[in-house]
Amino acid sequence: MNALKTLAGAALALSIAIGGAQAQVLFWSTQARPVEETQKMRSEVLKAFDGQVDYQVAEDGPWLTRLQAELQAGSGTIGVLGGLHGDFSTVGADLVDLSGVDVGGVKLNEDYKKLGMLGTGEQKYMPWMQATFLMAANKQALQYLPAGVDLNTITYDQLIEWAKNIAEKTGSPKFGFPAGPKGLKHRFFEGFLYPSYTGSMVTKFRSAEAETAWNKFKELWQYTNPNSTNYAFMQEPLLTGEVWVAFDHVARLADAFNQRPDEFVAFPAPAGPAGRGYMPVVAGVAIPKTSPDVDKAKALVAYMLKPETQIATLKATNFFPVVDVKLPDDMPASVKAFGPVIATMTGAPDALPALLPMGLGDLGGKFNQVYTDSFERIVLGGQDVRGVLEEQATALKALIDQSKAPCWAPDKPSEGACPVD
Amino acid sequence: MHGKALPYLLLMPATLFLCVFFLYPFALVAFEAFTRDGGFTLDNFRTMTGNWKFPVAFWNTILLAAIVVPIQLVMALLMATVVSRLETGRGAALYIFAIPLGISDLAAGLIWLAIFDQSGFLNTLLSNLGLVDRPVMFLGYQSKLTIFVAVVLAEIWRATAIMMVILVAGIGLIPREYHEAAEVFGASPWKRFVKITLPLLRPSLQTAIILRVILAFEVFAVVAALGGTNFPVLMGETYNWQFSLQDRNVAAAFALLILAISVGLTLFFLRVLRVPKEARI
Repeated sequence: MNALKTLAGAALALSIAIGGAQAQVLFWSTQARPVEETQKMRSEVLKAFDGQVDYQVAEDGPWLTRLQAELQAGSGTIGVLGGLHGDFSTVGADLVDLSGVDVGGVKLNEDYKKLGMLGTGEQKYMPWMQATFLMAANKQALQYLPAGVDLNTITYDQLIEWAKNIAEKTGSPKFGFPAGPKGLKHRFFEGFLYPSYTGSMVTKFRSAEAETAWNKFKELWQYTNPNSTNYAFMQEPLLTGEVWVAFDHVARLADAFNQRPDEFVAFPAPAGPAGRGYMPVVAGVAIPKTSPDVDKAKALVAYMLKPETQIATLKATNFFPVVDVKLPDDMPASVKAFGPVIATMTGAPDALPALLPMGLGDLGGKFNQVYTDSFERIVLGGQDVRGVLEEQATALKALIDQSKAPCWAPDKPSEGACPVD
Repeated sequence: MHGKALPYLLLMPATLFLCVFFLYPFALVAFEAFTRDGGFTLDNFRTMTGNWKFPVAFWNTILLAAIVVPIQLVMALLMATVVSRLETGRGAALYIFAIPLGISDLAAGLIWLAIFDQSGFLNTLLSNLGLVDRPVMFLGYQSKLTIFVAVVLAEIWRATAIMMVILVAGIGLIPREYHEAAEVFGASPWKRFVKITLPLLRPSLQTAIILRVILAFEVFAVVAALGGTNFPVLMGETYNWQFSLQDRNVAAAFALLILAISVGLTLFFLRVLRVPKEARI
């Protein structure tokens, strides 16, 4: 802890030495991290703000470390924070209440706004942009689609059969999955596979249904390009043709659609016995209590929610608006492809939204690791499914108990810590 | 008086630097490793050793060091001997051997990734020669052995030169008279190497081995580039606990374990390769 203070002191001394009193607002964000996106945020999204913005990105760990150091030192240089819902849950108590921010006439998504209160009476963060995960396929793969399968209502069994067909007919596995160190595989297990088979993310972690889910995934893995353990952004292997059918975050599929719009189709995540599990992703903007100029920071928050800014953000990051806005016609091909599919998936009769983990504080990383470890042990290591689930469930229960997090969707609300059966 | 104090005065800045930037952070890390929520505990070490990845990471690191360092030692000795013998072009050879030293370890990892990758140089070469009909995946999760070999190659390529530079300096310190005398008595080159060069090179060998062993236990970027999460090592796990899992206490425990191994091996080599005072040149 003292180390943080020392670090903050050093950082403060350094910033004073370099900049003196700065007029710029420092926008410290975990989003739009790829270099091109960062650049677009600076040159297109934030340029029209009245007052300069210094948009800086960091990985989750360093992002939080610097923020915590400034909070502990009691003074800081960060003006505005940008991050996912989960990034803010750790530091909720140190965020300025944004309920008084004048957003003009824009209509914000109420569900997300409520999510931004982090279970308190204050508006801890303002929803900023949203996204989800989808499936994408190379059109060459469509000829191997089993007869009678409609992409819009596809199930896991059909997906497995399709992947098997492709592998057998073309001679190599062509399903792709972002299982690399920087890939978002944990979100697939938490928000897609588990809800679809068990109707739960936490409570039924070691249930018989969960065992089925893992066995199904193992089946799919046979027809998955083994190079998947190196993939982070599925748009790359889709573009090279190494992979024909893939699952990923929309922002990580967009390039494929933008570069060669005629070669790919997007479709909803598959359904399992318990429904069509999917995970909406919400990013928000917040102001830390140590922000040097709160008024200016609030002006920037309001600016981020303006319809023009939201559209510019969509173009820059492939994250969709959280305010009511009519999209112009000159949108990138990826947006045109994803928009209707997202609507189909979220509006499907069997849709089962699974929220990002809530109330875990700084245990979010360990929560994800439970699912990643299960994957590495069951699927890559070939260990016994039941045994691994028992062990990982113990770790999961310890985490949930420690954070006392109540259940979140799709698990039913709980009194106290969410149970792991 | 002034003359006596001068050396200490000159040492002051370095000492201060070490205290502020090494001893103080070290004390903080040690403190974090043994505490949790303010109380003294060994839980962090229990969590560390109880994790299913720990034995894998531990043995990977040990095995890597056990294979890389001896190979590097032999190669460095060979290279140093060759360089020392050169009459012309000695400087040029030294520079060429030392080029990989100027490359950061992550860059070195990326260079080797470009070779072994599915669309890398090696695959291009093999398919141009008609030896394979589709790219081979060398670094997949099923081929731990190839990942290991690739890491070993990259490490040898990258860090042998540092041992060589130390040994070249050491060989230069050995007086020529010993070799000349041995030659007069008809000792073969191999015998001269074993009986004269090696024993007199001990202090340099000690430095080179200790330095290299410590570096071997800190191996991180090369492995991260080539193996990702398919090949866990101790340093990678430290990073993972600190940044992905947000648990600085367990990360500190890992850091202390790496330090303990390094200190232990340093003491071991200091003892095994020690040079008695009367035997020093």
